[in-house]
Amino acid sequence: MFNSCYTALVPLLPLLSFVLLIAFGRRLPGKRAGYIGCLLTGIAAFVAYHTAWTYFSLPLEADGTRQTVEVFSWEWLRFNPNLAIRLGIYLDALSAMMWVVITTVSLMVHIYSLGYMAGERGFARYYAFLGLFSFSMLGLVVAPNIFQTYIFWELVGVSSYLLIGFYYTKPEAVSASKKAFIVTRFADLGFLLGILTLSYFTGTFDFDTLCRNATEGTGVGGALFAPALQASFLGLSALSWAMLLIFMGCAGKSALFPLHIWLPDAMEGPTPVSALIHAATMVVAGVFLVARLFPVYALMTPGVLEVIAYVAAFTSLYAAVVACVQTDIKRVLAFSTISQIGFMMVALGVSGFGGHAGEGYTVSLFHLFTHAFFKALLFLCAGAIIHTVHSNEMKAMGGLYRYMPVTHLCFLVGCLAIAGIPPFSGFFSKDGILAATFAFNPWMGVLMTAIAGLTAFYMFRLYSRIFLGSHTGDPTSQPASAHAADRAASVQPSVQPYAHTPHEAPAVMTVPLVFLAALSLATGFIPFGRFLSSDGIPHDFPIQPSVAIGSILTALAGIGIALYAYGRGMRPAFQRMADRPNVFVKPNEQSRACSSYAVARKCALKRNAFLRAAKNRFYIDRFYLFVTHRIIFQGISTALAWFDRHVIDGLLYGLGRGTEKISHKIRFIQSGQLQTYALVLLIGALCLVLTVLLI
Amino acid sequence: MENIPMTYYLVISTILFFAGIYGFITRRNLLAMLISIELLLNSTDINFAVFNRFLYPEHMEGLFFALFSIAISAAETAIAIAIIINIYRNLKHIEVQKLNKLNDLNPETSAADAPGDETGR
Repeated sequence: MFNSCYTALVPLLPLLSFVLLIAFGRRLPGKRAGYIGCLLTGIAAFVAYHTAWTYFSLPLEADGTRQTVEVFSWEWLRFNPNLAIRLGIYLDALSAMMWVVITTVSLMVHIYSLGYMAGERGFARYYAFLGLFSFSMLGLVVAPNIFQTYIFWELVGVSSYLLIGFYYTKPEAVSASKKAFIVTRFADLGFLLGILTLSYFTGTFDFDTLCRNATEGTGVGGALFAPALQASFLGLSALSWAMLLIFMGCAGKSALFPLHIWLPDAMEGPTPVSALIHAATMVVAGVFLVARLFPVYALMTPGVLEVIAYVAAFTSLYAAVVACVQTDIKRVLAFSTISQIGFMMVALGVSGFGGHAGEGYTVSLFHLFTHAFFKALLFLCAGAIIHTVHSNEMKAMGGLYRYMPVTHLCFLVGCLAIAGIPPFSGFFSKDGILAATFAFNPWMGVLMTAIAGLTAFYMFRLYSRIFLGSHTGDPTSQPASAHAADRAASVQPSVQPYAHTPHEAPAVMTVPLVFLAALSLATGFIPFGRFLSSDGIPHDFPIQPSVAIGSILTALAGIGIALYAYGRGMRPAFQRMADRPNVFVKPNEQSRACSSYAVARKCALKRNAFLRAAKNRFYIDRFYLFVTHRIIFQGISTALAWFDRHVIDGLLYGLGRGTEKISHKIRFIQSGQLQTYALVLLIGALCLVLTVLLI
Repeated sequence: MENIPMTYYLVISTILFFAGIYGFITRRNLLAMLISIELLLNSTDINFAVFNRFLYPEHMEGLFFALFSIAISAAETAIAIAIIINIYRNLKHIEVQKLNKLNDLNPETSAADAPGDETGR
């Protein structure tokens, strides 16, 4: 034990920042509100680093595992003598690591926003919400029981809602915030049911008790789980249902298929918010929670863990394919985030418990750790680019490396990291994930390697279209032919079509970029297994050369294709394919003469259909719209509304009208005639007397 | 005096009481109604005195209560007459059944707000 009450400062300082800025933010002139936010977050970050440092230098327990420290625990609500909800701070390797990630990214985003949000309306409100989010997220990861997790889980949802809808005058932002909130709330319904099921059968909320019990026995767990394993519903044990439902909450928060639809739209929020919430911290809460309950998943319900692996692998593939055809740079990054979270979840899903089998667990969290830095870096770079170009669309960019050298270098570092090129951090974590999937199932390993290649491709597509080539101008203002624009670009690379010259972002924005780029370079070399492993016993997971070579080659191939296709402006063929998918089906004389024309036409049609489907995100959003509007709104809600209006309202209206009519009938009694009243009074009195006398 | 039984007094007071009630209900004139009220009060005063005299001859509370009641009824009469005079000054009559200026059921004053107007929302 160490005297650790001061660690409570880490979540409380951002809360203080929130309270101060909500109360007094409007009166603070200029950037004062931002300075307060930065200062308090900075102190919180410092305390978090110190906590992590102290924690990881604690001696190991007698059985070789890391200690867990319950800093304090306060009883909040007692249901019955055995079951109570406690609020507290629970420190273990996982929460200490998460604190470092959250405070670092949050601090960088706070500093960066000083430049990015300068002069915006609601500057203080923005910082207040950032404080609220940091508080909720920091409280979430140190929750000692699943109920506190749930409380903070909802709090991060609310702050995410507030920040996505920050530009509340923009209809897209408002609807995106609502979408995010509703989708995650829907998933949280499952989460809550899972919590209730789990606690009903096990009688505890505590992570510590649950995980300790799961490691007892071999595959049957401690006595705690016996009722949950015996009860069954639709052929699955109650425990499996509980863990599946909890995973549903995780899938909603972590944007796994099919609950991913809110994340791309959440990009309507300010870009630093996307970096903090929708790339680095909040969306990995699902990964965090599965990791937190990992012993239960791995030892008690391995089937559920396998489901997680398959869902995550599909999500990863889906998002990577969609990311290849998006044109909004933030959406590319959003889909890439979904894909990378898929990687983390796959690693958890294929992992075993303890020793070398637990590699997936360690590398999943390692990827979470490195991904937080390089994805935040990529988002912040995107923010700097949007800040100067005033557009999210790729076609408004090109050739920016001349104007923004620092951002360019940082972005390149981020791209190399996410593509998995050594010595950048993404290589080490992604390589671990690939090794873990190969150990689980070679086909899964091949699939994930291919997705890693896709990752490299779409990231360098993004990179090339932003920084390389040259700006071809907005096609709407240029000659309609894509050829002409392309030719103009290749003939005159020094042409200056930007409306105003793009400029490098101010220092307050580039310094966080450089810092995060440095982290993206350095964090890969952390021997993560020594700090964090599934059973708490430090373990080394060396790089496997066979897997590493394969993944590097795939990544290089992806980069090469991307650079070839998009490096010097857009190649005409790709341009045509991207802009006018029908170009391949246009018959011309030669192809008409060709006997294989029909076959070619069929292939082209199929490819174009695929391309269009990918651009439309495989119609998942439309499917949701169909379900919600056509089936729920038109089918069910209309009938319910009719019932409500005519039966329930009719009943009440009838009651009111009936009362009114009867009142009009009987109001003559209230005539105002004193003598009538006296007569009625007399008759009443006589009746009473008679009753008394006769009975 | 000693040989008059209590019942006789009570019969008188009951006759007075119901005469008062009858007058209160049937008279149209406010002053006549006021007189009827006085009859009611007097009958109760008689009851106070009689019960005290016959049931608790050693106490005096009933008699005093009758005295209080007479004093209060005098005050009440003064106020009532003041009200009646004011009504007469304003309306030139003291017919109790025509004092319906504030009543919307009165056909003269409120033909416009017939019942049913309020239902039409």
